[in-house]
Amino acid sequence: MDFRDSPAEAAFRDEIRTWLDEHLTGEFAAVGGQGGPADETSWDIRVEWEKLLGKDRWLGLAWPTEYGGRGASFAEQVIFNEEYATRSAPARISFFGEGLFAPTLLAYGTEDQKRRFLPKIQSVEELWCQGYSEPDAGSDLANVQTRGVLDGGQWVIDGQKVWTTLAHRAQWCFCVTRTDPATSGHAGLSYLLIPMDQPGVEVRPLRQMTGTAEFNEVFFSDARTDASNVLGDVNEGWRVAMATLGFERGTAFLSQQLGFQSELAAVIEAARASRTLDDPLVRQELADSYIGVQIMRFNGMRMLTSRVTRGVLGPESSIGKLYWSTWHRTLGERAMRVLGPAAMLVEDHPPDEYVLTELERIFMFSRSETIYAGSSEIQRNIIGERVLGLPREPR
Amino acid sequence: MNFAFSDEQEQLREAVRRFMDTKSPESEVRRLMDTTEGYDPAVWAQMAQELGLQSLHLPESCGGQGFTFVELGIVLEEMGRVLLCAPYFSTVCLAANAIMNAGTSAQQQALLPGIASGETIAALAFTEPNGRWDASGITMEAKGSGDAWTLSGTKMFVIDGHTAATIVVAARQAGTSGEDGIGFFVVDGDAPGLTRAPLATMDQTRKQARLDFDGVQATPLGEPGQGWAALSKTLDQAAVCLANEMVGGAQRVLDMSVEYAKVRVQFGRPIGSFQAIKHKCADMLLEVESSKSAAYYAAWAAAEDNEELPVVASLAKAYCSDAYFHAAAENIQIHGGIGFTWEHPAHLYFKRAKSSEILLGDATYHRELLAQRIGI
Repeated sequence: MDFRDSPAEAAFRDEIRTWLDEHLTGEFAAVGGQGGPADETSWDIRVEWEKLLGKDRWLGLAWPTEYGGRGASFAEQVIFNEEYATRSAPARISFFGEGLFAPTLLAYGTEDQKRRFLPKIQSVEELWCQGYSEPDAGSDLANVQTRGVLDGGQWVIDGQKVWTTLAHRAQWCFCVTRTDPATSGHAGLSYLLIPMDQPGVEVRPLRQMTGTAEFNEVFFSDARTDASNVLGDVNEGWRVAMATLGFERGTAFLSQQLGFQSELAAVIEAARASRTLDDPLVRQELADSYIGVQIMRFNGMRMLTSRVTRGVLGPESSIGKLYWSTWHRTLGERAMRVLGPAAMLVEDHPPDEYVLTELERIFMFSRSETIYAGSSEIQRNIIGERVLGLPREPR
Repeated sequence: MNFAFSDEQEQLREAVRRFMDTKSPESEVRRLMDTTEGYDPAVWAQMAQELGLQSLHLPESCGGQGFTFVELGIVLEEMGRVLLCAPYFSTVCLAANAIMNAGTSAQQQALLPGIASGETIAALAFTEPNGRWDASGITMEAKGSGDAWTLSGTKMFVIDGHTAATIVVAARQAGTSGEDGIGFFVVDGDAPGLTRAPLATMDQTRKQARLDFDGVQATPLGEPGQGWAALSKTLDQAAVCLANEMVGGAQRVLDMSVEYAKVRVQFGRPIGSFQAIKHKCADMLLEVESSKSAAYYAAWAAAEDNEELPVVASLAKAYCSDAYFHAAAENIQIHGGIGFTWEHPAHLYFKRAKSSEILLGDATYHRELLAQRIGI
């Protein structure tokens, strides 16, 4: 047990710091840490920034060097994200491509698929979206109805996806699709890779309670993709889809969690400004939020260590998503408390626009976080059944 | 960065677990909790002779083995798991650490070898009837000069104060207040003028005493009047130790809940298949695992004796206190009626959890302390 950097880790940390010193300037620095992987705040600047990260291989740093990555260890990924968060660098936009799809591709993809897709993720020429949920397949994800039929050399896809984050920005969709019409449930699904820019794909924005529209409905009507664009075996896509969810619940949100520290600092500053910092209840709540953000860090380090030393994720990994989403939601509520009457107002815009302040955005957006990527209730089922071995609900 | 125990540390855990399972089954806990002394001298001696637990983290120059708070935390976690009834926390985590932090080298040489060998049971008397855990709670005045001092007043909630042969007392010089003027003194358990009364404890597995001092002769430990820094550090280290002990109990009640939820059938199904129960267990796991992360990290900070210690000590004490009590309470709820009986062990953990939560300052106290320590 040792939380200090090894000499190699310290050198790696220095390299990141130097790089950020050189590049995180001007409009990039001005964006700050605001926004998250699922919103569009300062989008164009963040795209340019993401390209810089890709060019110097910070995007893809965990990938093997043969695919343009740095082959970074988990400890190095943590160090990168720590330094990134400390400096309030712009929120990442490659979450779905780098964070979810790429690790799945590296685990299940063919050599050709890796060579085809990884470089474009790194160059930020191709962004990805996640085609999982449907109107009748939310928590019950295996009830996917979107159909894929092989027609000569192409899959023909029909159906509807929903809550598809940033689909309107994405060039590709990794899509859980029913390719064996005789099946239901987990069997007969395939993990298809579908280009978004084609007549058979229509993206309709879903305006959220935040006033913004990062989520979408995606309609496939005779949409097409090459027969080779299936990850893993045909009709064996559930396993692949679950692998993606494993990354989503495990490591993908690490950088976001580290960014929470600066959000907490902003809430503390707001309390100072509103003169509520002397209120014993506010002090209790802020101290509790501080404890939570530190425990997320400790849990993360334990999770990564067990992955390195034992090759598998320990039980602490399954609690990550439940922990951070709940913590963040509570922080948002506490932010509103310290804002006081100011919390009753949003940014000054005409009535047909609705623009939240930074702290209000935490308060509002975090309501989605305990729902997406497996609701908190589903997370508790997973923990109960897969970690603790409790019996399944009769179905 | 490496957040894992070494192979040697895991071996230590296995050895301690085997010992505790053999020497401290529930039947022994129940036997000892009904006694005034609250421990088995034979087991205490074996702890020292067979496993060297009392000497574990003490320096080799004082008869110790030179291990760290990380190893100490492992031992405490295993003790907490079985509710070991022994004056270990008082002797090793409070008194020995106070001697290490406050005593001169010569005083350490004189006092610690007896603790390390298991011959000496020691206690730290710092709380008073006012029940405060900070410097302002210490009102007992020490009078004297040089090596000749006397103590008068009352100490309360002194863990194992009635069985300790050596008592380290925190008192203040006349006319001082707050963190100024506090010093440590060493008193023999059978010193003239010292009246010791065992207290009836809500948690019967950890004994406490009231100590009344009437002009008791005392030897200063370190420099009289300069003791606050050493006491504050001792309390931080003890908070870390207690957090690790609480982790062991919290994991045990989670295990009990899960085992029971798998076998208890109602409505034709194991109750663990109902989400109402399953989700309780999931939340307990989240809190138990997070408690481990906090307590282990805090043990490392204590081992390193780095500047993070005050913050992470309060962090771990606050979080683990709430998590243990929540888990112990849910354990009773999940067990239903049987969990409310005297014969079921659930109440033993419930009582230990509540008492440990309050000991050294509850979660509310430590969150406020933490707020001050991080500058808010």
